[in-house]
Amino acid sequence: MSNKDITISKDMFAPVHIDPSKSERIAKPSLNFWQDSWLRVRKNKGAVVSMIILVIMIIMAFVGPMITPYDYDTQNTKHNNLPPRIQGLEDVHWLPFDGTLSRRDGTKYNAYEVRKVDAYYWFGTDNLGRDQFARVWKGTQVSLFIAFMAALIDMAIGVAYGAISGYLGGRIDSVMQRIIEVIVGIPNLIVVVLMILVLKPGIIPIIIALTITGWTSMARVVRAQVLKFKGQEFVLAAKTLGASNSSIIFKHMIPNMFGVIIINTMFSIPNAIFFEAFLSFIGLGLQEPHASLGTLVNAGFKSMIAFPYQMIIPSIMIAIIMVCFNLVADGLRDALDPKMRD
Amino acid sequence: MVKYILKRVGYMIITLFIVTSLTFFLMKLIPGSPFNNFEKLSEVQRNILLDKYGLNDPLPVQYLNYMVSLVKGDLGVSFQFDNTPVTELIANRLGPSAQLGFQAMVVGSILGILLGVVAALRQNTWIDYGSTFIAVVGKSIPSFIFAGLMQYYISVKLGWLPVMLWKGPEYTILPTIALAMFPISIAARFMRTEMVEVLGSDFITLARAKGASRWQISFKHALRNALIPVVTVLGPLAVSLMTGSLVIEQIFGIPGIGEQFVKSINMNDYPVIMGTNILFAVLFIVVILIVDILYGIIDPRIRISGGKSK
Repeated sequence: MSNKDITISKDMFAPVHIDPSKSERIAKPSLNFWQDSWLRVRKNKGAVVSMIILVIMIIMAFVGPMITPYDYDTQNTKHNNLPPRIQGLEDVHWLPFDGTLSRRDGTKYNAYEVRKVDAYYWFGTDNLGRDQFARVWKGTQVSLFIAFMAALIDMAIGVAYGAISGYLGGRIDSVMQRIIEVIVGIPNLIVVVLMILVLKPGIIPIIIALTITGWTSMARVVRAQVLKFKGQEFVLAAKTLGASNSSIIFKHMIPNMFGVIIINTMFSIPNAIFFEAFLSFIGLGLQEPHASLGTLVNAGFKSMIAFPYQMIIPSIMIAIIMVCFNLVADGLRDALDPKMRD
Repeated sequence: MVKYILKRVGYMIITLFIVTSLTFFLMKLIPGSPFNNFEKLSEVQRNILLDKYGLNDPLPVQYLNYMVSLVKGDLGVSFQFDNTPVTELIANRLGPSAQLGFQAMVVGSILGILLGVVAALRQNTWIDYGSTFIAVVGKSIPSFIFAGLMQYYISVKLGWLPVMLWKGPEYTILPTIALAMFPISIAARFMRTEMVEVLGSDFITLARAKGASRWQISFKHALRNALIPVVTVLGPLAVSLMTGSLVIEQIFGIPGIGEQFVKSINMNDYPVIMGTNILFAVLFIVVILIVDILYGIIDPRIRISGGKSK
């Protein structure tokens, strides 16, 4: 320590000039709900990575079937059950894209050379010689379509039902809630199976079967929100200004609950994908030549021992999609849920 | 509490009535007949057959007959399996299904709770992240995908366990693990949250202050209190196990109810489909009811609010 004499005199200080016009200035740029939420989602690396993967998957679901020279439903029995083989990657021995299969005794052989096929099937072919690459992406497209449609319809019915039930209240509300309680009590597995049996398997019947029981959770969430908003000042203000009931519900209340609606929808998408795949497994999925991820995995099971790639590739696809949707939904819930906000 | 239980049982009966009626009428809507080569028979033969099975009666009479025999526990006879009564067909298959479900439930909840507790005790270490990872993967990926991948890599490629069928304890390992993945992940997630919350509460601080050992705090004080809310997820878990077992039994060729159900769907054996459907509905509904009541007994807070608002 040095013994410097530090003298602090009064004239070293000057009063700060206070500008009254600036005292109320907000230093940080003001963010609306979405910008704020985006900031929070961005911090969650898992959710961001999943979102990017999902976007790539969705793009590939439409582009994928077009970038291979083969159609998803063209059969070529001469080329059936060929393993995956990709130009350039076939020489990398640790990747499974070299066109080899293993026999029962464990020896390996190149199926393309043995059968003298000069072609590249990136994900191999199925037992009818259809290109698996095109089928997998077509299947992804169908599975995602079913899931998104089911989720959207659930959302529409659920929001309308919940909003009406909550807003009108009284006896109408209690009747509507009793109906929901009974519907919730019916296991959706049973309803879905019965509906598909009656309607015959297909894309539309599957969507209908999924939505018949699927909308209830959305209706409950929306009703709870409507009940919460009903007594608040902004609704009273709108009412005083002469807004009609429908404009209060749809213009004032629903925009305020976009967060919960989105979270709920995000969770119902993977659920729909699961049920679609599940139906394929119990023999109620889409019929040939249409493919969904579920029917592809199911078909792959039948030839699992000889041609494992037919089961593994679509299985991995489902796994990736499901994990990504769940991570995104979790991330959105953490970001959008008002209860989590600090 | 009594009022709450009565109310729930009332709902249960209404739901069961709706499920059985729905099953009956939807099945009647399906085109086609339950008999083989029905078109080739003459008009008289057809009428004799339809009369024998009571299919010529007006719909309300058929419905009433069905409901009455249902209450008596008679589900009709199978069209495809040599006129075997449906109840007999199902009863023979209850064993494997129950065993598989029980094993998966026990393995799933024990492993899940352990994983959750360890993760909570070692917060933000690799153990915690690993357990979160397992929870996310187990929750997202359907059990049949696990089943397929494990069947291929463990049984076919490595040959460690039998590929399928149901002949002894070693045959049950893979289906149990596949089915248990979902309970493991749900229990682990739930347990971790609860445990973290309990570990932060005042009575744990007090226990620590009076010098209780780490072991004692975690297992004697914290775990017990954190376990209570976990009971709520048991109901949905049991339901998901039943749904999952349909496909798992199919994949591993286990002679259970699920496999019978899928077989009947593929063979259009309506009485068996109806019977299994109703059985599943009863199981689902009763399990949820039991769990709800159990939870009301364990946690008095639910008893009060549950009786009024729900």
